[in-house]
Amino acid sequence: MSTDIHNSNPSQPLDLSNTDPNIEPQIEVKNLTMAYGSFVIMRDLNFRIPKGQVFIIMGGSGCGKSTLLRHLIGAIPPAEGSIFYESENFTTASDADRAKRMRKFGVLFQSGALWSSMTLAENVALPLEEYTDLKKSEIHELVRLKLALVGLKGFEDFYPSEISGGMCKRAGLARAMALDPEILFFDEPSAGLDPVSSKLLDDLILELKESLNTTIVVVTHELASIFAIGDNGIFLDPKTRRALAIGSPHALLEKSGIAAIEEFLTRGGEEN
Amino acid sequence: MQAKESFGDLRPDNFLMKSVSNPAKVQLGVRDSTDLHLEFAGDWRVSSSVQPWETLCQELDKKRSEQVDVKTLSVSAGSIGAWDSVWMTYLLRLKDYSEQNELKWDTSSLPEGAVRLLNLALTVPEKKDARGKQEKQSKVAQVGHGFLNAIQGFKEAVTFFGECSIALGSFCVGKAKFRSRDFWTLVQECGIEALPIVALISFLVGLILAFVGSLQLQQFGASIYVANLVGVAMAREMGAIMTGIIMCGRTGAAFAAQLGSMKVNEEIAAFKTFGFNPIEFLALPRMIALALMMPLLCIFADLVGILGGMVVGVGMLDLSFSEYWSQTVRGVELRHFIVGLAKVAVFGVLVAITGCLRGMQCGSSSSSVGLATTSAVVLGITCIIIADAVFAIMLNALNL
Repeated sequence: MSTDIHNSNPSQPLDLSNTDPNIEPQIEVKNLTMAYGSFVIMRDLNFRIPKGQVFIIMGGSGCGKSTLLRHLIGAIPPAEGSIFYESENFTTASDADRAKRMRKFGVLFQSGALWSSMTLAENVALPLEEYTDLKKSEIHELVRLKLALVGLKGFEDFYPSEISGGMCKRAGLARAMALDPEILFFDEPSAGLDPVSSKLLDDLILELKESLNTTIVVVTHELASIFAIGDNGIFLDPKTRRALAIGSPHALLEKSGIAAIEEFLTRGGEEN
Repeated sequence: MQAKESFGDLRPDNFLMKSVSNPAKVQLGVRDSTDLHLEFAGDWRVSSSVQPWETLCQELDKKRSEQVDVKTLSVSAGSIGAWDSVWMTYLLRLKDYSEQNELKWDTSSLPEGAVRLLNLALTVPEKKDARGKQEKQSKVAQVGHGFLNAIQGFKEAVTFFGECSIALGSFCVGKAKFRSRDFWTLVQECGIEALPIVALISFLVGLILAFVGSLQLQQFGASIYVANLVGVAMAREMGAIMTGIIMCGRTGAAFAAQLGSMKVNEEIAAFKTFGFNPIEFLALPRMIALALMMPLLCIFADLVGILGGMVVGVGMLDLSFSEYWSQTVRGVELRHFIVGLAKVAVFGVLVAITGCLRGMQCGSSSSSVGLATTSAVVLGITCIIIADAVFAIMLNALNL
């Protein structure tokens, strides 16, 4: 029987995470409050993401998932609280330190966000040209590899306007992976993709986690993806403007006993 | 599924057909003295002529006043033909009516499809505290907010100008980063591609100046001085200001639209996450390209404007080409050209800064790109006029 814990202890989310609390996290969020002006979107968020995990940010539309992702990448400053990367406070860091940290990030935006005046190859090559001492030929080979990994081999000289939305998203992923980042942030990676491409993307995310031990933070609504790739996740509740629970998607479904989460993870109670 | 239980036939051609064969009807009656009953019949579609809601509402009120024991509002549709959203809205209004008057709402006699759709429409309750519904502000509050927004806008403009200055400083010491290919593309867009419109406008301005001047000067037998009038006006003032305004409407607007679209598509956010400075990558090459091209365009505008004046001088005032040209060379001093070029270089920077500023300030929707573009043009032209006035005062003080 489902119960609603909204009123039991709203300030503390249910913790069902399967990670050792003694392991130092790669990302740690402490007492984060997100707001646009005086409008609070989400308050008192606390969670830890160990290295090499796929962490899912879940919740209904408009609950602040993408906003949380933007806070994590430093695009929006927190109203309150702090974000730590490997115990270094990212929120209060100097501009130089933040820029240095951000070079270890790869971000796939919802729309792909490819630079429209550049070809796909130039999009992927630009970070390599700016931040590495590789020769042009080496960069060229790396670009071909990254595009091949996302199934865009042969599209190097196409402009973003010449390819489909799904291909733009994949090219965006290739660019996000350009510098082999330590942490990858994905904002709705499966949205707009066909089921086969979505599955390939999930496989790629798992491969990146397994082979490069990359930490991956994903904002998604796709239940299949959530269960396929998520090691842990956080569920944001727009009603209370707090996190309801943290844990693996399976644990959240089976053990949380929270109606809103069960409803979300079963498409409103639909039987599979 | 039976036709009358479906959601009507929604083919476009059916919407256009007037259903005159099976007109929409609703009959009101009372059953068992406690049940207000409505029987729907005929076609209830967009193309049908249905009884106005207000009329039915009045009839319902009348019946209720006659039958004091009414407890239920029931509906049935045994003879209904084709139906669509029009009928649904009618039923939803009846549901609201029953709630307002504390009547039991009975839909048990409605077609299954209609009941399902009604339930679907009523599943999610109306959100009454939606943020989009803004409270009406008093005039004083509106003025206050306007003032605060103006201060915020000024702060943002000053910050942007400062960032552009730092980026320009980085460029001067060879540290700024932008793609040379983007820069040369911008040079082409701001320079060669602007020549036709600059030529047309400048030619016409020269022509108009000469025409208006000739009407006055002819009265004193001083037609030859049309060459001086056009030459000095174009070199010192009109060449620069017309080039500035044309480039503001053409290129400044384009900059705002380009950067605004990039903001909407999150391309600027992507620059930031890679640690690239969007001011250096996007605003700086635009600023330099425009500052370099504007003086060249201005020289071109001056020459074409003088040519326009020459057409009037030769065509209407019986002056020869050589006479007009000699008089222009005698009348227009080098300092007039230099003043014009100094002005237009400043106008170029202003156009680039206002265009890029508005592009960077653009919101996240496509409509905000349009607003940013309009705002860039208005702000750019205003800045050009103010700068020109400042130049006029300074040059007068310096006796130049």
